[in-house]
Amino acid sequence: MIENQKITSLHLDILKEIGNIGAAHAATALSNLLNRKIDMHVPNVETVSFNDMMELVGGAETVVVGIYLRIEGDSQGSMFFILPIERADRFIQSLIHDDEFSFTNHLISELGLSAMQELGNILSGSYLSALSDFTGLKIYPTVPGLSVDMFGAIISTGLIEISQVSDTVIVINTSIFEDGFQNSNEVHGHFFLLPDPDSFTSIFKALGVS
Amino acid sequence: MIQTQAGNVVKVGIAQLDIVKMPNTIRTSGLGSCVGVVLYDETKNIAGLVHIMLPESTLSRTQTINEAKFADTGIKALINQLKLAGVQPFRLKAKIAGGAQMFKFASDKDTMRIGPRNVEAVKTELAKNKIPIIAEDTGGGSGRTIEFNPATCKLSIRTVNQGVSEI
Repeated sequence: MIENQKITSLHLDILKEIGNIGAAHAATALSNLLNRKIDMHVPNVETVSFNDMMELVGGAETVVVGIYLRIEGDSQGSMFFILPIERADRFIQSLIHDDEFSFTNHLISELGLSAMQELGNILSGSYLSALSDFTGLKIYPTVPGLSVDMFGAIISTGLIEISQVSDTVIVINTSIFEDGFQNSNEVHGHFFLLPDPDSFTSIFKALGVS
Repeated sequence: MIQTQAGNVVKVGIAQLDIVKMPNTIRTSGLGSCVGVVLYDETKNIAGLVHIMLPESTLSRTQTINEAKFADTGIKALINQLKLAGVQPFRLKAKIAGGAQMFKFASDKDTMRIGPRNVEAVKTELAKNKIPIIAEDTGGGSGRTIEFNPATCKLSIRTVNQGVSEI
Protein backbone atom coordinates (compact mmCIF):
# COMPACT_ATOMS: atom_id res chain seq x y z
CA MET A 1 0.00 0.00 0.00
CA ILE A 2 1.24 3.47 -0.84
CA GLU A 3 0.91 5.94 1.98
CA ASN A 4 -0.75 9.23 1.14
CA GLN A 5 2.41 11.18 1.83
CA LYS A 6 4.42 9.07 -0.62
CA ILE A 7 2.20 10.12 -3.50
CA THR A 8 4.35 12.43 -5.62
CA SER A 9 3.34 14.94 -8.26
CA LEU A 10 4.14 12.31 -10.89
CA HIS A 11 1.66 9.96 -9.26
CA LEU A 12 -0.94 12.72 -9.19
CA ASP A 13 -0.37 13.38 -12.88
CA ILE A 14 -0.94 9.71 -13.63
CA LEU A 15 -4.16 9.67 -11.65
CA LYS A 16 -5.27 12.83 -13.47
CA GLU A 17 -4.55 11.15 -16.79
CA ILE A 18 -6.65 8.18 -15.71
CA GLY A 19 -9.53 10.54 -14.91
CA ASN A 20 -8.98 12.31 -18.18
CA ILE A 21 -8.99 9.23 -20.39
CA GLY A 22 -11.85 7.54 -18.57
CA ALA A 23 -14.12 10.56 -18.46
CA ALA A 24 -13.34 11.57 -22.05
CA HIS A 25 -14.61 8.22 -23.28
CA ALA A 26 -17.64 8.40 -21.03
CA ALA A 27 -18.41 11.97 -22.11
CA THR A 28 -18.23 10.89 -25.76
CA ALA A 29 -20.62 8.03 -25.04
CA LEU A 30 -23.02 10.41 -23.29
CA SER A 31 -22.71 12.89 -26.12
CA ASN A 32 -23.65 10.19 -28.64
CA LEU A 33 -26.60 9.04 -26.57
CA LEU A 34 -28.03 12.51 -26.12
CA ASN A 35 -26.91 13.79 -29.48
CA ARG A 36 -25.50 16.88 -27.75
CA LYS A 37 -22.01 18.16 -27.17
CA ILE A 38 -20.73 17.25 -23.73
CA ASP A 39 -17.54 18.81 -22.41
CA MET A 40 -15.44 18.02 -19.41
CA HIS A 41 -13.19 19.85 -17.01
CA VAL A 42 -9.58 18.90 -16.35
CA PRO A 43 -9.78 16.18 -13.71
CA ASN A 44 -9.10 17.09 -10.16
CA VAL A 45 -7.14 14.67 -8.00
CA GLU A 46 -7.00 15.44 -4.33
CA THR A 47 -6.74 13.89 -0.92
CA VAL A 48 -9.75 14.98 1.09
CA SER A 49 -11.27 14.19 4.45
CA PHE A 50 -14.60 12.34 4.41
CA ASN A 51 -16.38 15.54 5.40
CA ASP A 52 -14.73 17.57 2.66
CA MET A 53 -15.76 14.85 0.21
CA MET A 54 -19.39 15.76 0.99
CA GLU A 55 -18.75 19.35 -0.08
CA LEU A 56 -17.66 18.34 -3.60
CA VAL A 57 -21.31 18.17 -4.63
CA GLY A 58 -22.73 20.84 -2.32
CA GLY A 59 -23.09 19.03 0.99
CA ALA A 60 -24.20 15.70 2.43
CA GLU A 61 -27.90 16.58 2.11
CA THR A 62 -27.90 17.52 -1.58
CA VAL A 63 -30.27 15.20 -3.43
CA VAL A 64 -28.60 13.59 -6.42
CA VAL A 65 -29.02 10.67 -8.78
CA GLY A 66 -26.12 8.32 -8.16
CA ILE A 67 -24.84 5.32 -10.07
CA TYR A 68 -22.43 3.23 -8.07
CA LEU A 69 -20.34 0.23 -8.95
CA ARG A 70 -17.41 -1.64 -7.54
CA ILE A 71 -14.33 -2.31 -9.60
CA GLU A 72 -12.93 -5.81 -9.25
CA GLY A 73 -9.92 -7.60 -10.73
CA ASP A 74 -6.27 -6.49 -10.79
CA SER A 75 -7.22 -3.22 -9.17
CA GLN A 76 -10.15 -2.49 -6.87
CA GLY A 77 -12.11 0.58 -6.08
CA SER A 78 -15.44 2.36 -6.17
CA MET A 79 -16.81 4.41 -8.99
CA PHE A 80 -19.68 6.88 -8.93
CA PHE A 81 -21.50 8.82 -11.61
CA ILE A 82 -23.38 11.62 -9.89
CA LEU A 83 -25.96 13.87 -11.55
CA PRO A 84 -27.85 16.77 -10.01
CA ILE A 85 -31.46 15.59 -9.87
CA GLU A 86 -32.81 18.23 -12.32
CA ARG A 87 -30.08 17.38 -14.82
CA ALA A 88 -30.88 13.67 -14.59
CA ASP A 89 -34.54 14.53 -15.27
CA ARG A 90 -33.56 16.38 -18.45
CA PHE A 91 -31.20 13.66 -19.66
CA ILE A 92 -33.81 10.96 -19.20
CA GLN A 93 -36.63 13.06 -20.68
CA SER A 94 -34.51 13.51 -23.76
CA LEU A 95 -33.52 9.83 -23.93
CA ILE A 96 -37.03 8.39 -23.68
CA HIS A 97 -38.87 11.33 -25.29
CA ASP A 98 -41.12 11.81 -22.29
CA ASP A 99 -41.25 15.30 -20.81
CA GLU A 100 -43.28 14.09 -17.83
CA PHE A 101 -40.52 11.93 -16.42
CA SER A 102 -39.11 13.41 -13.21
CA PHE A 103 -37.03 12.09 -10.34
CA THR A 104 -37.64 15.46 -8.66
CA ASN A 105 -41.44 15.08 -8.59
CA HIS A 106 -41.45 11.29 -8.20
CA LEU A 107 -42.94 10.84 -11.67
CA ILE A 108 -40.71 7.89 -12.35
CA SER A 109 -41.66 5.41 -15.06
CA GLU A 110 -40.14 1.94 -15.40
CA LEU A 111 -38.81 2.93 -18.79
CA GLY A 112 -37.12 6.06 -17.46
CA LEU A 113 -35.63 4.17 -14.55
CA SER A 114 -34.16 1.51 -16.78
CA ALA A 115 -32.87 4.22 -19.14
CA MET A 116 -31.07 5.78 -16.19
CA GLN A 117 -29.68 2.38 -15.23
CA GLU A 118 -28.53 1.83 -18.80
CA LEU A 119 -26.99 5.30 -18.97
CA GLY A 120 -25.00 4.38 -15.88
CA ASN A 121 -23.96 1.06 -17.43
CA ILE A 122 -22.75 2.67 -20.63
CA LEU A 123 -20.92 5.57 -19.05
CA SER A 124 -19.17 3.59 -16.34
CA GLY A 125 -18.40 0.83 -18.86
CA SER A 126 -16.71 3.26 -21.24
CA TYR A 127 -14.82 4.94 -18.39
CA LEU A 128 -13.50 1.63 -17.10
CA SER A 129 -12.66 0.05 -20.46
CA ALA A 130 -10.60 3.15 -21.31
CA LEU A 131 -8.89 2.82 -17.95
CA SER A 132 -8.22 -0.85 -18.58
CA ASP A 133 -6.80 -0.20 -22.06
CA PHE A 134 -4.55 2.55 -20.73
CA THR A 135 -3.12 0.58 -17.83
CA GLY A 136 -3.30 -2.94 -19.21
CA LEU A 137 -4.93 -3.97 -15.94
CA LYS A 138 -7.70 -6.52 -16.06
CA ILE A 139 -10.56 -4.80 -14.31
CA TYR A 140 -14.26 -5.43 -14.51
CA PRO A 141 -17.21 -3.59 -13.05
CA THR A 142 -19.99 -5.05 -10.94
CA VAL A 143 -23.51 -4.37 -12.19
CA PRO A 144 -24.12 -0.71 -11.30
CA GLY A 145 -26.66 0.20 -8.65
CA LEU A 146 -28.90 3.26 -8.86
CA SER A 147 -30.05 5.49 -6.02
CA VAL A 148 -31.83 8.84 -5.84
CA ASP A 149 -30.96 10.18 -2.44
CA MET A 150 -28.77 12.46 -0.34
CA PHE A 151 -25.20 12.68 -1.64
CA GLY A 152 -23.74 11.85 1.77
CA ALA A 153 -25.75 8.64 2.04
CA ILE A 154 -24.74 7.60 -1.48
CA ILE A 155 -21.03 8.42 -1.40
CA SER A 156 -20.42 6.94 2.05
CA THR A 157 -21.10 3.52 0.51
CA GLY A 158 -17.86 3.96 -1.42
CA LEU A 159 -15.91 5.03 1.65
CA ILE A 160 -16.38 1.81 3.61
CA GLU A 161 -13.27 0.05 2.26
CA ILE A 162 -11.14 3.16 2.57
CA SER A 163 -12.37 4.03 6.05
CA GLN A 164 -10.82 0.84 7.42
CA VAL A 165 -7.39 2.19 6.51
CA SER A 166 -7.62 5.94 6.51
CA ASP A 167 -9.57 9.05 7.43
CA THR A 168 -8.89 10.63 4.07
CA VAL A 169 -9.61 9.54 0.53
CA ILE A 170 -7.84 10.12 -2.78
CA VAL A 171 -10.56 11.12 -5.19
CA ILE A 172 -10.25 11.41 -8.96
CA ASN A 173 -13.02 13.84 -9.79
CA THR A 174 -14.00 14.73 -13.36
CA SER A 175 -16.87 17.14 -13.96
CA ILE A 176 -18.83 17.21 -17.19
CA PHE A 177 -21.11 19.89 -18.56
CA GLU A 178 -23.34 20.41 -21.54
CA ASP A 179 -21.88 22.69 -24.14
CA GLY A 180 -23.78 25.67 -25.50
CA PHE A 181 -25.46 26.69 -22.27
CA GLN A 182 -25.26 30.30 -21.18
CA ASN A 183 -23.90 29.37 -17.83
CA SER A 184 -21.42 26.82 -19.07
CA ASN A 185 -19.49 26.81 -15.80
CA GLU A 186 -22.39 24.99 -14.22
CA VAL A 187 -21.39 21.41 -13.53
CA HIS A 188 -23.83 18.88 -14.90
CA GLY A 189 -22.33 15.69 -13.63
CA HIS A 190 -19.40 14.12 -11.81
CA PHE A 191 -17.38 10.97 -12.19
CA PHE A 192 -15.72 9.97 -8.94
CA LEU A 193 -13.13 7.23 -8.97
CA LEU A 194 -12.07 6.13 -5.51
CA PRO A 195 -9.35 3.48 -5.77
CA ASP A 196 -9.07 1.20 -2.75
CA PRO A 197 -5.94 1.99 -0.71
CA ASP A 198 -4.19 -1.20 -1.81
CA SER A 199 -4.84 -0.49 -5.49
CA PHE A 200 -2.50 2.42 -6.05
CA THR A 201 0.52 0.17 -6.11
CA SER A 202 -0.95 -1.98 -8.89
CA ILE A 203 -2.01 1.06 -10.94
CA PHE A 204 1.41 2.69 -10.75
CA LYS A 205 3.24 -0.57 -11.32
CA ALA A 206 1.17 -1.30 -14.42
CA LEU A 207 2.32 2.05 -15.82
CA GLY A 208 5.95 1.44 -14.94
CA VAL A 209 6.13 3.92 -12.08
CA SER A 210 7.15 2.82 -8.62
CA MET B 1 -23.02 26.40 13.55
CA ILE B 2 -26.27 27.99 12.42
CA GLN B 3 -27.80 30.64 14.65
CA THR B 4 -31.50 30.17 15.20
CA GLN B 5 -33.93 31.82 17.59
CA ALA B 6 -34.13 28.81 19.82
CA GLY B 7 -30.43 28.06 19.95
CA ASN B 8 -27.59 26.77 17.89
CA VAL B 9 -27.56 23.68 15.74
CA VAL B 10 -24.37 21.77 16.39
CA LYS B 11 -23.41 19.86 13.26
CA VAL B 12 -21.69 16.50 13.50
CA GLY B 13 -19.85 15.23 10.42
CA ILE B 14 -19.23 11.67 9.31
CA ALA B 15 -17.06 9.77 11.84
CA GLN B 16 -17.35 12.60 14.37
CA LEU B 17 -19.07 13.16 17.70
CA ASP B 18 -20.20 16.09 19.83
CA ILE B 19 -22.50 16.99 22.72
CA VAL B 20 -25.06 19.76 23.32
CA LYS B 21 -27.16 21.27 26.09
CA MET B 22 -30.64 22.80 25.85
CA PRO B 23 -31.58 25.09 24.03
CA ASN B 24 -29.14 23.93 21.38
CA THR B 25 -29.85 21.00 19.10
CA ILE B 26 -27.51 18.52 17.45
CA ARG B 27 -27.68 17.29 13.89
CA THR B 28 -25.98 15.02 11.35
CA SER B 29 -26.73 14.88 7.61
CA GLY B 30 -26.81 12.21 4.94
CA LEU B 31 -26.69 9.00 6.98
CA GLY B 32 -26.64 6.03 4.61
CA SER B 33 -25.18 2.82 5.95
CA CYS B 34 -23.77 4.89 8.80
CA VAL B 35 -25.66 5.01 12.10
CA GLY B 36 -26.40 8.12 14.15
CA VAL B 37 -26.44 7.27 17.86
CA VAL B 38 -27.97 9.83 20.23
CA LEU B 39 -27.37 9.40 23.97
CA TYR B 40 -29.27 11.77 26.26
CA ASP B 41 -30.06 12.57 29.86
CA GLU B 42 -33.60 13.94 30.08
CA THR B 43 -33.13 15.25 33.63
CA LYS B 44 -30.24 17.47 32.59
CA ASN B 45 -31.29 18.12 28.97
CA ILE B 46 -27.88 17.14 27.68
CA ALA B 47 -27.37 14.98 24.61
CA GLY B 48 -24.53 13.62 22.52
CA LEU B 49 -24.44 12.34 18.96
CA VAL B 50 -21.92 10.09 17.23
CA HIS B 51 -22.00 9.39 13.47
CA ILE B 52 -20.44 5.95 13.14
CA MET B 53 -19.28 4.34 9.88
CA LEU B 54 -18.04 0.89 10.82
CA PRO B 55 -19.08 -1.75 13.36
CA GLU B 56 -15.81 -2.52 15.13
CA SER B 57 -12.46 -0.88 15.71
CA THR B 58 -10.82 -4.27 15.04
CA LEU B 59 -11.59 -3.61 11.34
CA SER B 60 -9.12 -0.75 11.42
CA ARG B 61 -5.76 -1.34 9.79
CA THR B 62 -4.14 1.82 11.17
CA GLN B 63 -2.04 2.46 14.27
CA THR B 64 -4.06 5.33 15.63
CA ILE B 65 -7.80 5.27 15.29
CA ASN B 66 -10.49 7.88 15.10
CA GLU B 67 -12.74 6.61 17.92
CA ALA B 68 -15.88 8.21 16.50
CA LYS B 69 -15.67 6.09 13.35
CA PHE B 70 -16.52 2.77 15.03
CA ALA B 71 -19.58 1.61 16.98
CA ASP B 72 -17.62 0.13 19.88
CA THR B 73 -15.11 2.94 20.46
CA GLY B 74 -17.49 5.71 19.34
CA ILE B 75 -20.17 4.91 21.91
CA LYS B 76 -17.56 4.60 24.68
CA ALA B 77 -16.02 7.94 23.71
CA LEU B 78 -19.44 9.58 23.67
CA ILE B 79 -20.29 8.22 27.14
CA ASN B 80 -16.99 9.61 28.42
CA GLN B 81 -17.68 13.06 26.95
CA LEU B 82 -21.12 13.08 28.54
CA LYS B 83 -19.61 12.05 31.90
CA LEU B 84 -17.23 15.00 31.67
CA ALA B 85 -20.28 17.21 31.12
CA GLY B 86 -21.69 15.96 34.44
CA VAL B 87 -24.04 13.24 33.24
CA GLN B 88 -24.38 10.05 35.27
CA PRO B 89 -24.14 7.12 32.84
CA PHE B 90 -27.05 5.20 34.41
CA ARG B 91 -29.41 8.03 33.37
CA LEU B 92 -28.50 7.74 29.69
CA LYS B 93 -31.04 6.66 27.10
CA ALA B 94 -30.53 6.12 23.39
CA LYS B 95 -32.26 6.87 20.12
CA ILE B 96 -30.68 5.54 16.93
CA ALA B 97 -31.22 5.99 13.19
CA GLY B 98 -29.52 4.94 9.97
CA GLY B 99 -27.99 1.66 8.86
CA ALA B 100 -29.63 1.66 5.45
CA GLN B 101 -28.55 -0.31 2.42
CA MET B 102 -28.28 2.33 -0.29
CA PHE B 103 -27.59 -0.02 -3.20
CA LYS B 104 -28.87 -3.52 -3.82
CA PHE B 105 -26.26 -5.84 -5.23
CA ALA B 106 -26.20 -9.55 -5.79
CA SER B 107 -22.99 -9.68 -3.81
CA ASP B 108 -22.27 -11.48 -0.59
CA LYS B 109 -19.41 -9.15 0.21
CA ASP B 110 -19.49 -7.98 3.82
CA THR B 111 -19.19 -4.32 2.90
CA MET B 112 -22.55 -4.54 1.14
CA ARG B 113 -24.22 -5.49 4.41
CA ILE B 114 -22.46 -2.79 6.37
CA GLY B 115 -25.69 -0.98 7.38
CA PRO B 116 -27.28 -3.89 9.26
CA ARG B 117 -23.89 -4.80 10.76
CA ASN B 118 -23.49 -1.26 12.06
CA VAL B 119 -26.93 -1.40 13.68
CA GLU B 120 -26.17 -4.77 15.32
CA ALA B 121 -22.85 -3.49 16.65
CA VAL B 122 -24.47 -0.33 18.06
CA LYS B 123 -27.09 -2.41 19.86
CA THR B 124 -24.46 -4.75 21.29
CA GLU B 125 -22.40 -1.85 22.59
CA LEU B 126 -25.43 -0.09 24.10
CA ALA B 127 -26.48 -3.33 25.81
CA LYS B 128 -22.98 -3.73 27.24
CA ASN B 129 -23.30 -0.29 28.77
CA LYS B 130 -26.89 -0.97 29.94
CA ILE B 131 -28.28 1.95 27.94
CA PRO B 132 -31.90 1.36 26.85
CA ILE B 133 -32.92 2.15 23.25
CA ILE B 134 -36.08 4.26 23.52
CA ALA B 135 -36.68 4.59 19.78
CA GLU B 136 -35.05 3.62 16.51
CA ASP B 137 -35.48 4.12 12.79
CA THR B 138 -33.00 1.78 11.15
CA GLY B 139 -32.55 -0.28 8.00
CA GLY B 140 -34.41 0.31 4.77
CA GLY B 141 -32.90 1.87 1.68
CA SER B 142 -33.07 5.62 2.27
CA GLY B 143 -30.61 8.24 3.43
CA ARG B 144 -31.52 10.12 6.60
CA THR B 145 -30.75 13.48 8.17
CA ILE B 146 -31.40 13.54 11.89
CA GLU B 147 -31.64 16.27 14.52
CA PHE B 148 -32.06 15.81 18.25
CA ASN B 149 -33.51 18.39 20.60
CA PRO B 150 -32.41 17.81 24.23
CA ALA B 151 -35.26 20.04 25.51
CA THR B 152 -37.98 17.73 24.14
CA CYS B 153 -35.81 14.59 23.76
CA LYS B 154 -37.32 14.11 20.30
CA LEU B 155 -35.31 12.93 17.33
CA SER B 156 -36.51 14.33 14.02
CA ILE B 157 -35.68 12.31 10.92
CA ARG B 158 -35.82 13.57 7.36
CA THR B 159 -35.71 11.35 4.28
CA VAL B 160 -35.97 12.36 0.62
CA ASN B 161 -39.16 10.39 -0.05
CA GLN B 162 -41.01 10.37 3.27
CA GLY B 163 -40.38 13.90 4.54
CA VAL B 164 -39.93 14.52 8.26
CA SER B 165 -40.95 12.25 11.12
CA GLU B 166 -40.27 12.31 14.86
CA ILE B 167 -39.35 9.52 17.21
